[in-house]
Order: sequence, then C-alpha cells, then structure tokens
Amino acid sequence: MSVQTVIGNGLILVGVVLIAVAAAGLFRLPDVYNRTNAVAKAAALGVTVVLIGVGVLLPGRTTIILLVLAIAAQLFTAPIAGYAVGRAGYRSGAQLAPNTHRDELAERYSQDT
Amino acid sequence: MGLLDVVLGVLAVALLAAVVRVITGPTHADRALAFDFSFAVLVAAVGVLAVRFDTPALVHLIGAATLLGFLGTVALAALVERGPR
Repeated sequence: MSVQTVIGNGLILVGVVLIAVAAAGLFRLPDVYNRTNAVAKAAALGVTVVLIGVGVLLPGRTTIILLVLAIAAQLFTAPIAGYAVGRAGYRSGAQLAPNTHRDELAERYSQDT
Repeated sequence: MGLLDVVLGVLAVALLAAVVRVITGPTHADRALAFDFSFAVLVAAVGVLAVRFDTPALVHLIGAATLLGFLGTVALAALVERGPR
C-alpha cells in the first residue's frame, strides 16, 4: 500500500465517520433546530473530507478541478441550506425542545410579518 | 471486502436514518432537513463509488448533485415556510 492510498482511505474514513455522526444527530436530537445544527455542520464537513480523499485517490487534472468546484459549492451552500431550513421551521411554528432555556426570537417576531 | 465496501455500508445506514426522519417527521422542516442530508450522503457515496470502481467520470456527477441538493432544499424550505396546505 502506497502512502497515497493510506492517506486517501484515511480521509474517506474520517469523512464517513463525520457523516455517521450527523446521521446519529438527525436520528436522535430532540427538535428540528438541533438537527439542523448537526446536519449543517457535520454532514458538510464530512462530505468535504470525503471529496478530498477521493481527490487524493483519483489524481488527474479534470478530477481535481471538478472536486475543488464541488467542495467550494458544498462549503458555500450547506450553511445557507441549514439556515433556510431552520428559518422555515421557526416561521412554520415548529416546537422547541422542552428543555430549551430561552427563545430570544419570540419577543422580536410576530406571526403576521 | 475492503474498506470502501464498509464505508458504503455505513453510508447506506446513514441514508436509512434520513428515510426514518422523512417518515416520522414530526414537522415538515424535519423532512426538508432529511432531504438535504440524504443528498449529502448521496454526494459522498458517488465519490466513494468513483474510487471503488476506478471510474473518474463519476466525479462529474458530484458537482451536479451538490447544486441540485442545495436548490431542492431551499425550494422545500420556501414551501415549508409558506405553511401547511
């Protein structure tokens, strides 16, 4: 096994572990805001690390360019998607988890606007 | 059975968690979020498959799937925000 194979497989393994953590969070966390947090952070980072590992294992100019574009798109769009889902959840009245301490948005937000 | 096969199995289990979240809800925002996550898993799985079958052409799918997942999630979030119909 070459160094390239070891590094590439290691990166893919780390990324998939991050995706598994995101899946566990999506499955177990109590409300939609916590789940948004898990998916937006861990899944985006996991996909990025997996794609870097793919780039290490499949070298070539076209592959690298495509992977850099895909990673940039992923890193730009994943937080926006998470934000959009959280905002949609709040505006459609999704309940917060019972052990939430404060809802600072409640006094600044009315359902009409 | 190599490492990449095990990795694909783990990704399949992660996709199963997303499907369970789509079915059980409880809100529509949860379903939109599970859709977003399943597209992230799909992107990672296509990358691993490109390595597994030594097919660099599959990398072309990754960029398309990333943008498609983002647009789909934002569209679903806009639908959820409009309220139950």
